[in-house]
Amino acid sequence: MKIGFYPGCSLTGSSREYNESLFSISKAAGIDLVEITDWNCCGATAAHNLNKELSVSLPARNLALAELDEMEELVVPCAACYNRLLMTQHELNEDEALKNQIAQKLQMPLKNDIKILNVLQYLEKYFVPRLDELVKFPLAYDVACYYGCLLVRPNKVMQADRWEDPMTMDAIMQKLGANALDWPFKTECCGAGFSVSKTEIVGELSGKIVRSAVDRGAKALVVACPMCHSNLDMRRPAIESYLKRKVDVPVIYITQAIALAMGLSPKDAGIQRHFVPVNLTVNR
Amino acid sequence: MPEFSGILFLSTSLLTVKPSCMSKIGVFICHCGENISATVDVVKVAEEAGKLEGVAFSTDYKYMCSDPGQTLIKQAIKDKGLTGVVVAACSPRMHEPTFRKACAEAGLNPYMCEMSNLREHCSWVHDKSDATTQKAIDLVRTLVEKVKHNKPLYNIKVPVTKTALVIGGGIAGIQASLDIANAGHKVVLIEKDPSIGGHMSQLSETFPTLDCSQCILTPRMVEVAQHPNITLLTYAELEKLEGFIGNFKATIRKKAKSIDEKLCTGCGLCTTKCPTKKIPSEFNTGLGFRPAIYVPFPQAVPNKPVIDKLNCQYYLKGKCKVCEKLCPTGAIRFDQEDELVEMEVGAVVAATGFNVMEPSGFPEYGYGKYKDVITGLQFERLASASGPTLGEIRRPSDGKIPQKIVFIACAGSRDPAKGIPYCSKICCMYTAKHAMLYQHKVHGGESYIFYMDIRAGGKNYEEFTRRAIVEDEVNYIRGRVSKVYEENGKLIVKGVDTLLNAKPVEIEADMVVLASAAIANPGSEELAQRMHISYDAYNFFSEAHPKLKPVETNTAGIFLAGACQAPKDIPETVSQASGAAAKVAILFSQNELSREPVVAVVNRSPAPLYSTCVGCFMCATACPYQAISEKLITDRKGNVIKRVAKVNPGLCQGCGTCVAFCRSKSIDIDGYSNEQMYSEVMALLNND
Repeated sequence: MKIGFYPGCSLTGSSREYNESLFSISKAAGIDLVEITDWNCCGATAAHNLNKELSVSLPARNLALAELDEMEELVVPCAACYNRLLMTQHELNEDEALKNQIAQKLQMPLKNDIKILNVLQYLEKYFVPRLDELVKFPLAYDVACYYGCLLVRPNKVMQADRWEDPMTMDAIMQKLGANALDWPFKTECCGAGFSVSKTEIVGELSGKIVRSAVDRGAKALVVACPMCHSNLDMRRPAIESYLKRKVDVPVIYITQAIALAMGLSPKDAGIQRHFVPVNLTVNR
Repeated sequence: MPEFSGILFLSTSLLTVKPSCMSKIGVFICHCGENISATVDVVKVAEEAGKLEGVAFSTDYKYMCSDPGQTLIKQAIKDKGLTGVVVAACSPRMHEPTFRKACAEAGLNPYMCEMSNLREHCSWVHDKSDATTQKAIDLVRTLVEKVKHNKPLYNIKVPVTKTALVIGGGIAGIQASLDIANAGHKVVLIEKDPSIGGHMSQLSETFPTLDCSQCILTPRMVEVAQHPNITLLTYAELEKLEGFIGNFKATIRKKAKSIDEKLCTGCGLCTTKCPTKKIPSEFNTGLGFRPAIYVPFPQAVPNKPVIDKLNCQYYLKGKCKVCEKLCPTGAIRFDQEDELVEMEVGAVVAATGFNVMEPSGFPEYGYGKYKDVITGLQFERLASASGPTLGEIRRPSDGKIPQKIVFIACAGSRDPAKGIPYCSKICCMYTAKHAMLYQHKVHGGESYIFYMDIRAGGKNYEEFTRRAIVEDEVNYIRGRVSKVYEENGKLIVKGVDTLLNAKPVEIEADMVVLASAAIANPGSEELAQRMHISYDAYNFFSEAHPKLKPVETNTAGIFLAGACQAPKDIPETVSQASGAAAKVAILFSQNELSREPVVAVVNRSPAPLYSTCVGCFMCATACPYQAISEKLITDRKGNVIKRVAKVNPGLCQGCGTCVAFCRSKSIDIDGYSNEQMYSEVMALLNND
């Protein structure tokens, strides 16, 4: 089975382990993820803050390329890329004139009807029905699933299950044998782009998230967004300086959790690439 | 089939005054001050109308509705022997009755008078131009053509059954019943629960006076039970409503109480020994328990128990009957079944009230997850002297007195994204009251209210909320709450203060009260359909006019009282209930009702055709008012010759749906016949 794939910049750089784990589990499940030919930047935060036209034409080019590649479904693991691509699709479908204008600019046809999946939707569709068979080693830990903002908002477009208290990732972790904790910071802001400009803000915001998870006994935070991951993992020193204590709870991608539970090697899951060491093991 | 339609034409036109060469129509163009004359050349319209075939007289006047204007019409009818009148003025909604009355006074059948709407349909919506004047001329011409086909009609008389059915025994139903009964008319009051009293009986104190709800309500409840003109049926629901204004036939389902009410003395012994004791009490909003045989609350009317069949050991498992053994008068009846009672009533008052939304659709507030996050209605029970804590504010989880309490207004209201877009209206006031009661009862306690706006319109309302802020030192925070979560035994309320120094707020509370949205009662949609009244997108019953007919429904003879129409507080509910009662009393002041004869009629013709109706009854299926039934045409010996449709003129609302459905063109609306409509259209199409 072949499904379209849009990596975006993170998956080729700072969150390479997300990419590796996603490909490992997909391969193990017999799914071939095919990268869009000649894909480009989604526009990220910069484009839609500065230039409306650019903010839709960058993602639109990727959607048009995916159509040229005859893809019906497109997996976009990075939550920020997913948000930009889906918002663009939505905005262009709401505004026929804008769509035609952008297509003209791109000099490519744009039907704009490709099914865009974030990683949770992808897992829900292709893995959840088969998890009983795929999971070899239960990941028996208390975990806190952290969704962040980009997967659930704006809710009119994202159509997440319950955007104040989403449950999709919890349900998947539950199926992997973990105990998904009921905790209140699932969609709290991690500090996002302040990671670069005002790291202390990330220290405080992500610090509260990490503290809440740890205080409730979480042995790991599970995420599905490279931005969230880098703030909770890479910015751990800032977090620790805000919390004034050492916190060693690891932050893993949902795809890594699945890889471990499927019995793939830690290296295939990219476990070794984190700033906060991942000490989760499964009983083999 | 041209020949056939020829017969039809003949048969339907036997009685009409026609053709147009016999018409002598008067056209009266009104200036409406300058409302019409500023954009329409009224003199030209009158001139052009005078040239139309069949028009015998045409003139214009500054105010046609004034006394001289009406006299002008009357005089013209007498002098010129007019057979029809067209008044081209404002909307017929405004002055049709005025001009029809004037015509009648001059000896013309009032239904020979028509209005052409030159104001709303022309002068108000167009600029001054020749085209506007031409449109006015066209509008007048269509009505002239219609009037040529008008025939005299006579108002329909229907008798009145002077008994009112009041549905719902809350304060709205109680007030309406008492008012109607005190006006000397019979009332049947039905209530679906075992006791009357409704939500008001659950409330602690009432705003803005802080008088005890039960203290002012219970005497009214007793009055209802003892009133000679009121028949009270509790544990009863409306099963079916047929008929029409003045002549409804209601079928009431009296649900089995499993008690012989005549024998039961209400001693309450049975309720003390019932082995099933842990059923969440509806009256105490789940904060207390009741047995399977129960009286909802000590002041209930009637104060006699019912058996809750869904929870009774005997009904569930076939064993127990403890209550039966104990009952000193032998009043328990396990074999009792629901009873259907039919009754004739002349008017219906729907007073079925409202409910509060379960805030479980708002996971961020933690309702259902944390025991100490409760709804406003639950807080009423905590604050009520008759409640589970006997009026002490104690939190549900551990019975401790909360030292810090947070109230969240608009929990679901004014929230188009997730909740409902409308304002629930009562919450600003009751939340202020809750905080006040808390401050009065828990000295040294701290209370916070997160709000969007304080909507305190009403007599002494603003003063009341100010009192909460100033005298009782309730902390009002203008902003929304993003999240409520538990940490170290405290409920952390995260919100924002949007006023000066706008900043995020976090409060460590012991209890959180959600002013959850007021919504229509579950089942109100079905009930509305059963009564054939309309309801809005949120299942609140629709009034006939938002301003001028607030207690009437679009179905004649059915009135609204209280929160079943929209969320409202007690004073407003009582006012509306009295208004509805007054409407019922007006209706019952007449022995016969007279109504406009704009109803559907199935044509009848001489033998051997009798009628073109073929008896397919498509019309009956289409009729939204159940106004069409079967009529058997018989010969003198009583043999059935033909089965045709018959319209009950008392029920028919003249909507015309049946006309569109009739395949043999056998139904027409009096006053709006196909012939009249076609002639209007043809007049427009034949514009030279």
